[in-house]
Amino acid sequence: MAGGAEHGASSGGINAHPMDQFIVKPLFGDESLGLFTVTNQTLWLAVGVLFAFLLLALPTRNATLVPGRMQSVAESLYMFVRKMVADILGEEGAKFFPYVFTVFMFILIANVTGLIPASFTPTAHIAVTGVLALTVFVSVTVIGFMRHGLHFISLFWVSSAPTVALRCVLFVIELISYFVRPLSHSVRLAGNMMAGHAVLKVFAAFVPALGLLGVVPIAAMTGIFALELLVACVQAYIFTILTCVYLKDALHLH
Amino acid sequence: MEGDIASMGQYIGAGLATIGLGGAGLGVGNVAGNYLAGALRNPAAAGEQQAMLFVGMAFAEALGIFSFLVALLLLFAV
Repeated sequence: MAGGAEHGASSGGINAHPMDQFIVKPLFGDESLGLFTVTNQTLWLAVGVLFAFLLLALPTRNATLVPGRMQSVAESLYMFVRKMVADILGEEGAKFFPYVFTVFMFILIANVTGLIPASFTPTAHIAVTGVLALTVFVSVTVIGFMRHGLHFISLFWVSSAPTVALRCVLFVIELISYFVRPLSHSVRLAGNMMAGHAVLKVFAAFVPALGLLGVVPIAAMTGIFALELLVACVQAYIFTILTCVYLKDALHLH
Repeated sequence: MEGDIASMGQYIGAGLATIGLGGAGLGVGNVAGNYLAGALRNPAAAGEQQAMLFVGMAFAEALGIFSFLVALLLLFAV
């Protein structure tokens, strides 16, 4: 990806390299990425864990019955996800709540800290979101097989279709759409994050080229930044609610 | 602007890929408009469907983002 960024539009006015912000670079000066190199992604993932600790664990120590400000923020995040899990998965959803809450907080914090200027968004990489989505896919399938045995295959058999031939065609279609789920799950999050940040960088490239009129791209960037904040929170919510829906499908076989 | 045929193909491909964003705009507008129509008919029930509004918009938006992603990949990552 670095090679493509260099032959981009570098002739004359606008020198735009919007995809350079996604390059994973080692932090300490080497040029080769090994399996255990500390990269900027490592740094920002650690910052995300730190923020999760500061947001959730720290205010709820010595929790009071009438919460203070930070405690009520932590509590409302918790109750938001708890309510979503209870609405979709019912009573037995309680045992999946820790995993769903972890996924939600990780994606929310990673998305929002990626909006800090000069930072790095881990969830803009298909490597990170692909692992998240694959984990959901594999866990949901394993849980489905553990709960229902081979009867899990009846998830794909649409009994409400009129003829058997139609049911066989629908079986193949349902099977394909089941396997496409992790792909769309991961690409949705990664694409939204990457697109938003790339757009911000492209607008930023217009600012020096326009001279005094450069306030217009800056105003546009402010609006897009607000949209990006909304998209960051909504994408975390969408990932989590889809995780709950996939889990419900596996547990209750529609 | 200099370049060879491959560069030209990249730029034309990226431009063509943004055609998909028109469909995404139609889709998101559809979702938001239907929500608005429903909310104006039944304002009391509008609040609890707000979550579904965001879910629907995210789904419709995602497909537009996929086509934008193809455009960006063609421009900068090939």
